Amino acid sequence: MRPVYLDNNATTRVDPKVVEAMLPFFTEQFGNASSMHAFGSEVGTALKRARQQLQALLGTEFDHEIVYTGSGTEADNTAILSALETQTGRDEIVTSTVEHPAILALCQWLQKSRGIKVSYVPVDSRGRLDIEAYRKALGPKTAIASIMWANNETGTIFPVETLADLAHEAGALFHTDAVQAVGKVPMDLKTSEIDMLSLSGHKLHAPKGVGALYVRRGVRLRPLLRGGHQERGRRASTENAPGIIGLGAAADLAIQHMQDEQTRVAALRDRLEKGLLQRIGNAFVTGDADNRLPNTANIAFEFIEGEGILLLLNKEGIACSSGSACTSGSLEPSHVLRAMKVPYTAAHGAIRFSFSRENDDADVDRVLDVMPKIVEKLRALSPFWKSGAKTDFEPTYA
Amino acid sequence: MWDYTDKVKEYFYNPKNAGVLEDANGIGDVGAISCGDALRLMLKVDPETEIITAAKFQTFGCGSAIASSSALTELIIGKTISEAMQLTNQDIADFLGGLPPEKMHCSVMGYEALRAAIANYKGDTWVDDHEEGELLCKCFGIDEGMVERAIRVNKLTTIEQVTHFTKAVGSCGTCIEGVEGVLGRVNRDMVAAGELDAAIAFDPASSAIPRRRERHKASPLGAKQQMTTLQKIKLIEGAIEEIRPYLKSDGGDCELVDVDGDRVLVRLSGACIGCQAASVTINGIQERLVAKIGRPLRVIPVPAGH
Repeated sequence: MRPVYLDNNATTRVDPKVVEAMLPFFTEQFGNASSMHAFGSEVGTALKRARQQLQALLGTEFDHEIVYTGSGTEADNTAILSALETQTGRDEIVTSTVEHPAILALCQWLQKSRGIKVSYVPVDSRGRLDIEAYRKALGPKTAIASIMWANNETGTIFPVETLADLAHEAGALFHTDAVQAVGKVPMDLKTSEIDMLSLSGHKLHAPKGVGALYVRRGVRLRPLLRGGHQERGRRASTENAPGIIGLGAAADLAIQHMQDEQTRVAALRDRLEKGLLQRIGNAFVTGDADNRLPNTANIAFEFIEGEGILLLLNKEGIACSSGSACTSGSLEPSHVLRAMKVPYTAAHGAIRFSFSRENDDADVDRVLDVMPKIVEKLRALSPFWKSGAKTDFEPTYA
Repeated sequence: MWDYTDKVKEYFYNPKNAGVLEDANGIGDVGAISCGDALRLMLKVDPETEIITAAKFQTFGCGSAIASSSALTELIIGKTISEAMQLTNQDIADFLGGLPPEKMHCSVMGYEALRAAIANYKGDTWVDDHEEGELLCKCFGIDEGMVERAIRVNKLTTIEQVTHFTKAVGSCGTCIEGVEGVLGRVNRDMVAAGELDAAIAFDPASSAIPRRRERHKASPLGAKQQMTTLQKIKLIEGAIEEIRPYLKSDGGDCELVDVDGDRVLVRLSGACIGCQAASVTINGIQERLVAKIGRPLRVIPVPAGH
């Protein structure tokens, strides 16, 4: 049976065209771009082109606004730590309760080790940021506000342009972790007030191990890694030429498929969501159904635990992920769903289906076929399940 | 992905004894939905014989929680309640061919449910909470009694292990001091009772830099030094002298014949000759010599009279 991969927010398959673009840079054009010979210069030319491809996806004006990194996490860390150094007289951070650990764990560490004040802005039951609380959290001591473009678990999109304006009114920098958004929603950063933006290659069919930080022209950046003069001294390390070139090719493909992502992929997601809710009771969509990434569905199945669902889906060759405690090894269910006050009866059984352009209708059919039986089987085992139990949460999607 | 054994997977995919037991006369509930796992164990006990004639479960939780619950029912059906009470969480884990360390709390949950169900059968009111000392971990509702039992049964010596087995400290972490206190006290008791090696017992004051465990017994001559044949023979002779009294007490004896590289030739005599346990004795001598010399050796018996 053909496997069904619906975990594209975790990572994507590298597009074969991306692999093809990368391959010459392992064994043929293997030079160091900094070298004064033909081996180096031919790589330099290819890197320049890859940068232009990524610029086109992001809609940036200047090539030096992109700093390549080893990952989205590195980009996030660089942005926050830099802001704390460059914003003299300002040493506070504003972020949200639903950020990725790449931001949250760093902020918690800064609180603990450096005594930095961090404000965590809450979200409502649909995962929408409390804008009033955000406005109040910003102040004359805020160095940087960092709010994700789109949430990795629910797909909920945040109003980053408004948030950037508000941060600037308070004299703070604005950074966004756009790891889940880049390649899925159109961007035009040359008209944006966003100061810094993080992205990761492997979420858009490029390989793992390459990411980038967009730094708007004029925004000062303190490097995280010091050493050579690569990336204009803002990120020392020999350029990961195959990775950067792969990211360029992936950006090119993302532009070509952007329309498809917005329409066909979104339709697949919607069909899965509607179909599951029709077939299975005591289930609801989490996140802001009106304003989400086109590829993400997060559905909470009440009274059962996510790991069991994933194991049974895996047995059927279907891959997706869960916000349950058991799968993460953390003992606590998803901090995102908890921040949204999704009740425990449902948070443990929340499943994320994340599509990509590589999915099709047959994938949706398979899940619709298999999922009702899985839920039924686990509910029969659950001491809390009673048919017809009332859902203790306002669903965002009926 | 967790590294579950095939048996865990089998008991998750096709759990035995799942569902409601209609005429149960002992029911144990542990855990809660907010904690991420909960188990209801239902027993039917024959009042005459006190044999558990039927057991069923309902579990909300991960794959290993469901498998552990099912394994528990398989382990107790047909046993008397006093036999069942002898079981520990380790028996559940062993039945399943082991559980990932982070999932050991699933087996502990089974063990706790069994205690609760038997108490319920006996008519004792089981209060899962806090009669047995202080409620330690408020996130998961774990009391001191449960932490102490898990430490004793599984010989736990670190906070991380306590979290893997009971989930305590696994969420907000504010109970770490309380758990450290219990772990320190119980480990001290266990050392005093000879149940635990003092060297591995929990010591909250110990250095934050982990020490590497000794991998090999150091050679008495130092690791790097080469041993001369004469030194080796002397060590071997010394070791054999230590063994002889034990052999003599059984009416046997042993002498060193020759040392040839890593081959040690010995001659067994007296009652050892023809004894069916002679090969066991040879193995015992070999183990002792290897420990003493600190390198591999083979002990080979030569027939008497040669």
